[in-house]
Formats: sequence, C-alpha cells, structure tokens
Amino acid sequence: MSSEQSSGRRSPLSRARGLGSARSGTTHFLSQRWTAIALVPLIIWFVIGIIAHIGASHVVAMTWVGRPLNAVLMALMLGALFHHAQLGLQVVIEDYVHAHGAKIILIVLTKGAALIFGGLAIFAVLRISLGGVA
Amino acid sequence: MTDQRPTSPHIQVYRWQYTMLLSILHRASGIALSIGALVLVAWLLAMAAGPDSYDRMQSLIGSNVGVVMLFGWTWALFYHLLNGLRHLFWDIGMGFELPQAFSTGITVVIGSVILTGASWFIGLSIFGGT
Repeated sequence: MSSEQSSGRRSPLSRARGLGSARSGTTHFLSQRWTAIALVPLIIWFVIGIIAHIGASHVVAMTWVGRPLNAVLMALMLGALFHHAQLGLQVVIEDYVHAHGAKIILIVLTKGAALIFGGLAIFAVLRISLGGVA
Repeated sequence: MTDQRPTSPHIQVYRWQYTMLLSILHRASGIALSIGALVLVAWLLAMAAGPDSYDRMQSLIGSNVGVVMLFGWTWALFYHLLNGLRHLFWDIGMGFELPQAFSTGITVVIGSVILTGASWFIGLSIFGGT
C-alpha cells in the first residue's frame, strides 16, 4: 500500500493515468462516485420502505426486511453506504487533522468501524431473512 | 508545520456567498448521516435479536429526542442526496455556469425541505405511526 510498493509495480505513466500523484486519489474519487450513483436508487427505495413501516410491529418489520428482494437491496445499500461514508470521512480527516500520526490512526479507526458496523448490519439482515421469525 | 512556507488563500479572504454554506452543509450532512447509519445498524440488530429488543429500540426511536433526531437525519439525507446529485452533474460537466450553480443550489435547499416535510406528513398521517 505504500507509495514505494505501488511505484515498483507501476510505470510512472500508468501511475499518472490510474492513480494520480497522490497514490490513490483517482481510485478514491471514482469509488466515491460509483457508490454515490448506486446509493441514489437504493436510498430512495429505503426511504419509501421506512416511511411505509413507521411504527411497524416486530413481525411486520421482519417480514419486510426478510423478503428476499428486500434483504438483498438492504444488504447492497448497507455495503454501498458504509463504503461511501468511510471514503467521505477519510477526506474530512485528511482536510482537518494535520498531525501525521493522529491522521493515520483516525483514518484506520474510521475504516475499521465502517467495516465492523457494515458487517454487523448485513449479518442482522441475513439473520432476519434466513433465520425465520425469532 | 514549522516551515515558513507560503499558504494558499483560505475561506476568510473570500466574499461570503451562500453556495459556500451549501458546500459546508454537504460535508456536515455527510458526517451526521454517518452517525445516523449507526442507528440503522442498531435497529436491524435489535430486530434480528427478537421482539423484546425490537420494541425497546422502537420506543427509543419514538421518544421525543428520537423523533427530533430522526427529523434532522431525514433532512440531512434529502439534502445530501439532492446536493450529491448536483455534484454528480458537475462531475460530468453540467451546471457549472454561475447562475446555474446558484439556482440549482436554491432548488436543492427547497427540495430537501419539501421532501422532508412530505415524508413525515405521509409517514405519520397515512401509515400513522407512534
């Protein structure tokens, strides 16, 4: 992941074309956009679903989330959402935290938290969908 | 940090324009939504854990504080969604002219307020949750 390694594997031209001067800027930029585009329909689906289930009982909510199509859409949304969130928070940290050590620690914690919470949420969706009504 | 190197002009040298506020709000709403996503995680985990924990979560969300925070997150979501679309159009080179940047900015603010109001009105009046 270090710049030395990536410069070892890539020619200067491919580095300039694919990743830019900041090692991984282009990849970050594009991932932020792809997840944003994916989230537009997924979030609209989610908001409509949530509005329709305000105050829903446990059984009704389980039935909604557990339906195969909904479970897949929810899992996809959670994956895109947490990936998008950690990319955005990384930029915020890079902009405002200038002490090198603190910056790296905060970014690693953010990415780790996004992975853990996203994983937990997707696990919950799978349990709801596959585990039957508890 | 110790170097006396020239620094680029920052926010205080520019004349204030509301598009600057919109830009800051995009970032602020993104941070707020990242925190709000944790409530969604907790809600799904509570649902998976069973009716008792789900009911506790529902009463927490339905409390006064919970409703106020959800309302704020609803606006943050619609604002970030609409302004995010504005950013995506900029990315493909559309809407860069100054009058367009101003008018789409106003549209985003008004749109987010209308969508927030409509969501809560429809949610509470038609699906009637408590």
